[in-house]
Amino acid sequence: MVNNGGAVRVRGLDVERGGREVIAGLDVDVPTGQVVGLLGPSGSGKTTLMRAIVGVQDRTRGEVTVLGEPAGSPGLRRRVGYVTQAASVYTDLTVVQNLRYFARLAGLPAAGADAAVARAVDTVDLAGHEKQRVGTLSGGERSRVSLAAALVGDPELLVLDEPTVGLDPVLRRDLWRTFRGLAADGRSLLVSSHVMDEATQCGRLLLLRRGELVADTTPDELLAETGAPDAERAFLALIDRSEAAGTTTGEESR
Amino acid sequence: MTLTLTTAARVLAQIRFDRRTVALIIVLPCLLLGLIAWMFDGTPVLDQFGPMLVGLFPLIVMFLVTSVATLRERQSGTLERLMTTPLGKGDFVAGYALAFAGLALVQALVVVGFALLVGMDVAGPLWLVVVVALLDAVLGSCLGLAASALARSEFQAVQMMPAIIFPQLITCGLLMPRDEMPQVLEWLSRVFPLTYAVEAMQDLAAGAEWPDVAGAVGVIALFIVGAVTLGVATLRRRTA
Ligand SMILES: Nc1ncnc2c1ncn2[C@@H]1O[C@H](COP(=O)(O)OP(=O)(O)OP(=O)(O)O)[C@@H](O)[C@H]1O
Ligand SMILES: [Mg+2]
Repeated sequence: MVNNGGAVRVRGLDVERGGREVIAGLDVDVPTGQVVGLLGPSGSGKTTLMRAIVGVQDRTRGEVTVLGEPAGSPGLRRRVGYVTQAASVYTDLTVVQNLRYFARLAGLPAAGADAAVARAVDTVDLAGHEKQRVGTLSGGERSRVSLAAALVGDPELLVLDEPTVGLDPVLRRDLWRTFRGLAADGRSLLVSSHVMDEATQCGRLLLLRRGELVADTTPDELLAETGAPDAERAFLALIDRSEAAGTTTGEESR
Repeated sequence: MTLTLTTAARVLAQIRFDRRTVALIIVLPCLLLGLIAWMFDGTPVLDQFGPMLVGLFPLIVMFLVTSVATLRERQSGTLERLMTTPLGKGDFVAGYALAFAGLALVQALVVVGFALLVGMDVAGPLWLVVVVALLDAVLGSCLGLAASALARSEFQAVQMMPAIIFPQLITCGLLMPRDEMPQVLEWLSRVFPLTYAVEAMQDLAAGAEWPDVAGAVGVIALFIVGAVTLGVATLRRRTA
């Protein structure tokens, strides 16, 4: 279990942000070779958890193990790809200039970088925009460049913060297909989302509310357990239920 | 090392795209110098102060450009992303310093060339004036890099220039010879790098040779190393 402890193992994670505990005593696992969806209301701590996993979140307590090493270890930086919630690429460089830079950072030699860049451009469907400056791309195109910048190094673990926001249904379907393909190849993915339909595309689901894990389940189990007709209503049912439970425990403790 | 060079190349590609900034960096010091040459036409003022200005303008410009560039990197989220990649903090700082040093070299050559054109006479060796101007520019960009770590907003970043450069300008000997200043201010000027930059240029204007300015140049180089170290130390992989 410890050795094959999956891609990410979080135990007793506390994170303090702005003088407030935004994650308290969180236990989470991301198994290897799966797409794990991270869902939760706005402000529930999805981004914070992802930042802790990629090792850029300060003021964390508890254990975060990634690919067998403590989160943020130098050895992990080549093996983990992170896409921030807002597109984080250079707007004054072209698509290819951006991707080539991140490819070189990921350790690809100049020769191999070009092929990897072409592949990443293809994956996010940006062919024809290679020479365009990122600042002149549409919002959705820009976020795809940001996604491609993580894909280009072919990392073992991909941590993607709302990578499909603002994209059309066709593109979303294609990207989720790509994510599942990557998982089938043995990569592990943690993907946060607001679009509940996307939950059904995941192998596992983690539901976060106010920094606490409300559910760790599969799409089928989620629907079966809540008896809801679709993911969105199942999600609402779970949140309502945990809200009610939260109130009860709140009263009990008084 | 590869990652340092890759980062320097990336920063240069970004600057190259911004033609107007490049033009400002190179043309503005020339314009200001030309203004002074015109104003003091027929007097030895340009010969006396020209070399100093040739050293000061690049330092100030590079300070501003670098601090804004790194602040942008912080705010756009690219720095957060970079901190999850194998890029070392030293690679990041050295990459920026290298890129701006390249730009500073072009700037120093053009500005010194222009100063000669408008009639500046340097008694000391010209190549040394270029070297000191280049070092000043690198110092400026390294200080800017370190200062931008303290800034949380654009407003603060812009204030860093008067906060860090002005006290040095006031005490560096430009306004008043340093030996006439109150003792405490004289001591203070001794720990500011700009003092040595101005001193070296003053000496070169007066006909000094390499051995005469070697000490000052060494101090400037030490400050560059110090500023780079500070820049690396203030860079955080983990942020709140
Ligand atoms: N830099 C910060 N300083 C202080 N508090 C912060 C900071 N960043 C986030 N928070 C707080 O931490 C909590 C969790 O934020 P987080 O960004 O992880 O939420 P999220 O689930 O990603 O939300 P969203 O779906 O809107 O992106 C929020 O209540 C937020 O206000
Ligand atoms: Mg978020």
